[in-house]
Amino acid sequence: MTEPSTSPVLDPLSDQIMIRMEAVHKWYGAFHVLKDINLTVRKGERIVICGPSGSGKSTTIRCVNRLEEYQRGRIVVDGQELSNDVKQIERIRREVGMVFQHFNLFPHLTVLENCTLGPIWVRKLPRRQAEEIAMRYLERVRIPEQANKYPGQLSGGQQQRVAIARSLCMNPKIMLFDEPTSALDPEMIKEVLDTMVALAEDGMTMICVTHEMGFAKTVAHRVIFMDSGEIIEEKPPEEFFTHPESERTKLFLSQILHH
Amino acid sequence: MAESRVPHASLPPPASTIGVVGWLRRNLFSSPLNIVLTLLAVYLLFVTLPPLLRWAFLDASWRGDDREACRSGGACWVFIRVHFEQFMYGFYPDGQRWRVNAAVLLLILGAAPLFMRAVSSKFKIRLGLGLLIGYPFVAFALLKGGMIGLPVVDTSQWGGLLLTLVIAGVGMTAALPLGVLLALGRRSRMPAIQTLCVTFIEFWRGVPLITVLFMSSVMLPLFLPVGMNFDKLLRALIGVTLFQGAYMAEVVRGGLQAIPKGQFEAAAALGLGYWKTMGLIVLPQALKLVIPGIVNTFIALFKDTSLVLIIGLFDLMNIVHNATTNPAWLGFSTEGYVFAALVYWLFCFGMSRYSQNLEKHLHTGHKR
Repeated sequence: MTEPSTSPVLDPLSDQIMIRMEAVHKWYGAFHVLKDINLTVRKGERIVICGPSGSGKSTTIRCVNRLEEYQRGRIVVDGQELSNDVKQIERIRREVGMVFQHFNLFPHLTVLENCTLGPIWVRKLPRRQAEEIAMRYLERVRIPEQANKYPGQLSGGQQQRVAIARSLCMNPKIMLFDEPTSALDPEMIKEVLDTMVALAEDGMTMICVTHEMGFAKTVAHRVIFMDSGEIIEEKPPEEFFTHPESERTKLFLSQILHH
Repeated sequence: MAESRVPHASLPPPASTIGVVGWLRRNLFSSPLNIVLTLLAVYLLFVTLPPLLRWAFLDASWRGDDREACRSGGACWVFIRVHFEQFMYGFYPDGQRWRVNAAVLLLILGAAPLFMRAVSSKFKIRLGLGLLIGYPFVAFALLKGGMIGLPVVDTSQWGGLLLTLVIAGVGMTAALPLGVLLALGRRSRMPAIQTLCVTFIEFWRGVPLITVLFMSSVMLPLFLPVGMNFDKLLRALIGVTLFQGAYMAEVVRGGLQAIPKGQFEAAAALGLGYWKTMGLIVLPQALKLVIPGIVNTFIALFKDTSLVLIIGLFDLMNIVHNATTNPAWLGFSTEGYVFAALVYWLFCFGMSRYSQNLEKHLHTGHKR
């Protein structure tokens, strides 16, 4: 387990609600993947979702920017309810950044072009301004010198930091992280986690699906434990790790922490 | 790991594994079977090459103006020389052939910057699109005439390599975009569009090109109102384009299927819509992946143009064939067909080399 180097101060949360999921259900064919998910995330709040594989963690956050459809319930993001209206979905996606397990950088574009694509084609910014923004965020993830390389020439950790910068260039109100360190070599996990901690210190609203419990302890306001499509437990990290309620959570924690 | 360790220095490889000797050993004499095969190949070359060279070069007749000059027993290249203009321009009137040359020159000059490294890619895209849209009109005006004081040259007089290039050029530039649209349509989530595209592709892939051409010239007029008649060349162009578009669609679809789902998701997460996702993310990668398949289809298209002889167009193949039946030049069909084959091969090989070069140039490291 990698411990992030710094421990940010948990600042008081605003009352503004950024994400509200109400009784969300989802089926893959006959398989009930999400069962009655209720979740409210306030502005500046940082949530860590953990749980065994196949528990619906990724599916939950992928519903927030509508990469997955859901069949019942409602989700309101930044005051707009998700619907089947394509334009509406695109509008919401502009405000919600997402970082994937496998980075999903565009291999035919340079690092800089990866970062300017969204601002130029979605935000309609002039190229020069988009490049300034991109360089600013590449500096923040500490790889400005790689701007003109292609993703295939970078290490996994560097690629994931570019992916984070790419999302930030859209100036999102919410960041979703879908197991951002699971595909990385141990040596590279820290550089990505440090970037995420720095982002947390700036007050970004974040939902992270991760198994990095050190990160959860220092950064999260709340830790959510999911199993077989349900939210089992939802607590501030200090309580979650010391006094888990359900047996399922205790078992999971004992397995993940004593390794 | 406490004490620092000096890595072992790299040594040069053994002399027998590098250079000409190494290459020969590795590729020609690596095993008893390979030694036998190598010797066999050398023997075959020894038997076949000298007579071929004798026929094509040593005993060949190069000078003269009629068949009387060809008594040496070798190839009669006089036949090609005498008919060369005809093979290039068909029945395009003598005094007007400069217009064909001008059109070709214009294309070469216009397209030259596309092949230069120093030119910015933004300019290349603009120039390429400009050429794609503008050049056909300019070339058509030049070749057909009827305006700015140029006398009309009917398309039935176009022929030879000119006609082959016109059909191949139009076919390629129209079939690729058509194929891309059909491939996207076939993967569309809208059932109506999907069904339409699948039906279209499967219909055109299911019939031979020769049937398509035959139907377009023999059957189509039966369905058209009396007196309405459109150009034979135009019908061939439409037939070739639709036919090759269907093939191209399947090639492009192969590329689309190879793009990982994560690319679509990353594009969606940025808020890109369907057309931007396809145009900026998916197609640039998919088309690059299927360059070999696209060029394969282009090469097939180029050679398939020779089928237009079935509807009485005199492309390179047909005009060569026509010349061999000329009573004054009977008996030189071998020379004619060798020449035609050489011209086809030059163009196809050129396309193949260019595509390899393009692939290398567009390679940006491994995937993901």
